[in-house]
Amino acid sequence: MIIILPLDENKTDICVSFGRCPFLMIYDTENNSTEITENSAANAQGGAGIKSAQFIVDSKADALITVRCGENAAEVLNAAGVKIYKPEGISAEHNIALLKDAKLSPLTHFHAGFHGIQ
Amino acid sequence: MKKLLILSGKGGTGKTTVASAFIHFAQAKAFADCDVDAPNLHIVAGVDAEPQKSDYYGSQKAVINTDKCVSCDMCREKCRFGAIESTDEKYKVNEFSCEGCGVCVAVCPTGAVTLADDVAGKVELYNGECVFCTAELKMGRGNSGKLVSTVKSTLQKNAHDAPLAIIDGSPGIGCPVIASVSGVTMVLIVTEPTMSGLSDLKRILKTVTAFHSRAAVCVNKADINNTMTAEIENYCEENKIPFVGTIPYDKQASVAINAGKSIAETDCTAKQAIKEIFDRMMRMMEVTP
Amino acid sequence: MKIAVLSGKGGTGKTFVSVNLAVAKNAAYIDCDVEEPNGRIFLKPVDCKESPVFAGLPEFDESKCVGCRKCVDFCRFNALVFIKNKPAVFSDVCHACGGCSLICPTGAVTETMRQIGSVEQCKYKKTDVVTGILNIGEASGIAVIKEALDTGLRLNENAVIDCPPGSGCAVMESISASDLCIIVVEPTAFGFHNFKMVYRLVKLIGKPCYIVINKEDAPYPPLDGFCAENGLPILARIPFDPETAALLANGELLYGMNDYYTDLFDKVVCEVKP
Repeated sequence: MIIILPLDENKTDICVSFGRCPFLMIYDTENNSTEITENSAANAQGGAGIKSAQFIVDSKADALITVRCGENAAEVLNAAGVKIYKPEGISAEHNIALLKDAKLSPLTHFHAGFHGIQ
Repeated sequence: MKKLLILSGKGGTGKTTVASAFIHFAQAKAFADCDVDAPNLHIVAGVDAEPQKSDYYGSQKAVINTDKCVSCDMCREKCRFGAIESTDEKYKVNEFSCEGCGVCVAVCPTGAVTLADDVAGKVELYNGECVFCTAELKMGRGNSGKLVSTVKSTLQKNAHDAPLAIIDGSPGIGCPVIASVSGVTMVLIVTEPTMSGLSDLKRILKTVTAFHSRAAVCVNKADINNTMTAEIENYCEENKIPFVGTIPYDKQASVAINAGKSIAETDCTAKQAIKEIFDRMMRMMEVTP
Repeated sequence: MKIAVLSGKGGTGKTFVSVNLAVAKNAAYIDCDVEEPNGRIFLKPVDCKESPVFAGLPEFDESKCVGCRKCVDFCRFNALVFIKNKPAVFSDVCHACGGCSLICPTGAVTETMRQIGSVEQCKYKKTDVVTGILNIGEASGIAVIKEALDTGLRLNENAVIDCPPGSGCAVMESISASDLCIIVVEPTAFGFHNFKMVYRLVKLIGKPCYIVINKEDAPYPPLDGFCAENGLPILARIPFDPETAALLANGELLYGMNDYYTDLFDKVVCEVKP
């Protein structure tokens, strides 16, 4: 299973913003590998959540663990079959373990877009 | 951090006057001005220090290199925003109309058009005893939504320990308002007892509820037309929107503001009324002052 | 003559000045404050015709799509996504630039139209009343402003353009077609601060500028000083008056009903020249 988490500047804590988080963690349960990549959507003028969601879909992720997720991003993820979960606490590592143990609940509240456009 | 956003729909109803009073009553350690088109909170915020200033980059804008341009007119023809002008076969991009879509870059046969970074405004952060973030959009610019988001995230980043943040919003129902509503705990709409005020109140309420936010309403300068005030209160009741109070018209407000002070720093009837509304809002948001 | 009325700060009296001036001048009244259009509250116009305002939206033909994703990569607004081998668009993020349909190598992307607002064309006695209305939830009213101006300016070469508050792109669009600007200012610290911002905009575009000081309780020296230094003619100083406020609160048109304001606006009409 491929799990993605938005990360803070410190690359350890889960970032509260998903669309504009500075880094993304890609964790593969099959080989226990972790990859941390810069989030190219962070500085987007608009549609940051959409762009981040597209990246997640392109990474062939199965799950996203995030505090917040916008409606537009959620629509993308749902269409692609990516499941979205709520974290407990802020540690990325801890939440990956929780998800592996099926101890995380799904995220059900999605906020409206920020409309960072003209 | 609980965030209270102050909106109005119609301009000039008293958002900033109420916001500055709330900041004073709450002894708030975090506040922001999201009216990036016409920021005013800094005039009465009583923050003295020098702020950290940073450039705000909006969309990139197209730039034409006249040396490479062969005046084929493709860019002007394809531009949906009328942003490319030509005088005597010399082509220029209008920085105000350009939306940075890149169509001109794509259609130019000689690579004469490129997209370049454009400073669309500035963000100022006062980070001392209180954290106050404000911003100003360069005139004629768009991208106000992202600038508003930047102000909010800057505030969040620098004052995450603060229990309460007060955010002064902008008039209207468009992009900067929509951007400011996201993620706030509650919205207080300050309206005035006029037909325009009621009409605009209806539109801003629709906007706020469309974006899943809780709203409450108060009427400022209420005694200039008590009938309208009652009509607004009825409207709120019929639509199950909490009506949290009225503020009388008070000349002391402009006297205080013109002296660079919050109305809460003077002794007047409006101050008392605003304090009661403040107390109600704090109870609704479950904030212990 | 096309006169744009603007203010910077909201609530200074743009609409009050615009509607009364339009009637006094026999000019078309064009409401460009498309987020919160209020002129019709005062003019109560009749015989209304409504025309929708559209923005383009891409449509995808799956049979022609080869999955190259050039459309998704091109979109600078991140309005397009590619899921399960199909492109899709988020209409509220799309800027209708036409880039995706242009860039598609197989003609799989075409454009359809979606409604973002409307323009109402009505009449108050002999005055044409044109109102731009932006639909709730739409982020940008620029296209609606353009349509409203287009409609209004075709009806009458004399027009009064009621602008949105602030000094952003919507204001810019509203004043672009005008011959001159009237800035309505409140003589207070807030009013003066925002007035300076909008004055810079007017100056930048090179429009001649007149001032109306409204709701004056007492003179505000920094404002008077600024107008004197910059040679800005003050067309009128309207005192704050609770009775006037009450009438306006009830959506009353004052020109033709109230002698003081009828004279005042007649005088403004005479003094304004581009």
